[in-house]
Amino acid sequence: MNQFITAVLTSLSSGAIYALMSISLVLVWRSTRVVNFAQAGQAVLTTFIGYEVTVRSGSYWIGLIAAVISGALVGAIIDRFFMRPIFKRVKSGPIVMIAPVVATLGLLGLIQAIIGFIWGFTYVSIEAPVSTDGYNLFGTVVAFSPFNLMVLVAATIAMLLLTLLFQKTNIGLALRASAFSPEIARLSGIKVDAVRTLGWAIAGAAGGLAGMLYVPGSYLHPNAMDVLLVFGFIAAVIGGLDSLFGAVAGAMILGFAINFATSYISYKLVFITAFALLITVLLVKPNGIFSSSKGRKD
Amino acid sequence: MCLESTPVSNETLLSIKSLSVNFGGLKALSNVNLDLHKNEVVGLIGPNGAGKTTLFNALSGLAPVASGELEINGKSHKWPKAHDLVDLGISRTLQGVGLFPELTVLENVMIGDNKNSKSGLISAALGINGRDEAKLRNRAMSALERVYASGIADRRADTLPYPVTKRVAIARALVSEPKILLLDEPAGGLGAQDIDWMNSIIHNLATQCSVILVEHHMDVVMSVCDRLYVLNFGELISSGEVETVRRDPAVVAAYLGVNN
Repeated sequence: MNQFITAVLTSLSSGAIYALMSISLVLVWRSTRVVNFAQAGQAVLTTFIGYEVTVRSGSYWIGLIAAVISGALVGAIIDRFFMRPIFKRVKSGPIVMIAPVVATLGLLGLIQAIIGFIWGFTYVSIEAPVSTDGYNLFGTVVAFSPFNLMVLVAATIAMLLLTLLFQKTNIGLALRASAFSPEIARLSGIKVDAVRTLGWAIAGAAGGLAGMLYVPGSYLHPNAMDVLLVFGFIAAVIGGLDSLFGAVAGAMILGFAINFATSYISYKLVFITAFALLITVLLVKPNGIFSSSKGRKD
Repeated sequence: MCLESTPVSNETLLSIKSLSVNFGGLKALSNVNLDLHKNEVVGLIGPNGAGKTTLFNALSGLAPVASGELEINGKSHKWPKAHDLVDLGISRTLQGVGLFPELTVLENVMIGDNKNSKSGLISAALGINGRDEAKLRNRAMSALERVYASGIADRRADTLPYPVTKRVAIARALVSEPKILLLDEPAGGLGAQDIDWMNSIIHNLATQCSVILVEHHMDVVMSVCDRLYVLNFGELISSGEVETVRRDPAVVAAYLGVNN
C-alpha cells in the first residue's frame, strides 16, 4: 500500500515539473509554431542565475524569484533580438519551417557553451529550502518529502495562475488570438509582436521555475535540463501541443507512467517507458490525446 | 434598387487620394481615389484580381502603400498599421471568416475591442474583473444583437454553421463601435435566405456607421449601396450613383456586361 501511495505522490510531484517545462514549450509553439529546443538552455541559464543569487543571498526563495524574473527576461530577449528578426527575414520556401527550429538548436548549444564559460562544466547543487527527508506514513518512510510537496504546490499555483491569465484576462485573450490568427489579432488592435514576446517571456519564466524546482533533487550543470526538455516535449506531444490543459495532463500521464514502471518493475525503465508512451500515442492518436479533432484553422 | 436608408451626410469621413500599391513589378493599384461620407454605404466592385481587397489591405495596414494620401475626418493621416485601425475608428472583416475555433462566440466578438479592455491578472485572480470587463461584454452582446446572433453567445465558434460565422465576424468588427466599416465579401458563400439577412444587416449598419463593401453578389451591391467605385486591373474605371455606374459602358464591358 505504501509503495502505491509513494508512487502516486512522486508521480504528481515529478509530473508537476514536467508540466511546467511542457507548458513553456506549448506557449512558444502556440504563439510562433516553433519547437523551442533552446528552452532547456534557457532553463539552465536562469537556474544558474537563481543558483548564484541563492548562494549570494543565502535564500532559496530570493534565488527562485531571480530565476523566474531572469527566465522571463531571457525569453523576451531571445524573441525580440533573435527569433523576430529571423521570422522577418525568412518569409518563403521550405526554410520557413526549418530555420527557426534550427535556430533554437543553435541557441541551445550557444547558451550551454556560455554557461560552461561562466560557471564551468562542473556539477553544483542547490540546497532545498525545506526537508528532503521522506514523510513517515503508517510507520514507514516513503519517498515523498516536504520538498516534493512544495514542488507540487508551487507548480499547481503556477499552473492555476497561467490558466487564469489565459482564460480570464484580456492579455490571455490577446495571447490566444495572436496565436490563432495574427492578422485578425492585428486588425483588432492587438500588437502581435509584443504579445508574442510576452508569450516567450511567460514560457521563460515557467522554465526558470521548473529549473529551480527540479535541481534541488538533482544537480545543476550546463546539460542539466536536457532530460527535462525531452520529458516536457513528450508530455506536450501526448497532450496535443496546442493545449495548456493537454500539456499538464500529458505531463501527469508521463509522470505516473514513469514512476509506476520504475516503482513496480525496474528503475531502468525511465526512458523506455517515456518513449514507449510517446510512440504509442503517436501511433494511436498522432494529434495528441487532448487535441481538437478538427485541428486548428490558421 | 437601393433599400430606403438613413440620409447620407455630405460630411466626408474618409478620403483616399492617388493610392498606388505595387507587388514587385506588378501594379496592384494605380492612382485610385475614393471618398466615403457619413452614413454612406459605398460598394467597391470589379472582376477578380481588380484590386478590391488590396485596397482594403492598404487601408488596414496589411499591404505596403507605394504612394497616396489618406484623410480621415478631413485631416491628413499616415497610412495606418493594422493595430492602429481600432484607434482610428476603422474595422474590417476578412474574406475568410477567421473566427477562433476554440473560443466562444462572445469571446470572439470581445477580441474585436481587446485593446480597450483592461482586465488584468490580479483582478481576474480576485474575481473582480469589474466594470471594464462588464462594459466590453455588454458591447459584444450589443454587437451580436445587431447581427441577430445574441442567442448563440456561449457557443464555441467551431460548432457554428458557415452563414452564422459570417455574422459573428461582422459583430467582431462592430464591437469597437467603428465609424468606418470595411466588409470584404460578407455574402460570399451564402444561400438566398442568408443573403437576405445580410442585406438587412448591412442596411441597418449604415444608421450607425459608414460602410465600404467589397462584394461579388450584385443583388446585394445594388440593394444596399449608395454609390459605387469600379476597379479593373488596379485602376478606377468608374464611380458614382449606382444607376449611373450600372449604365457606364466601361463597367458593362469590364464587369457587369458578363450578366447583361
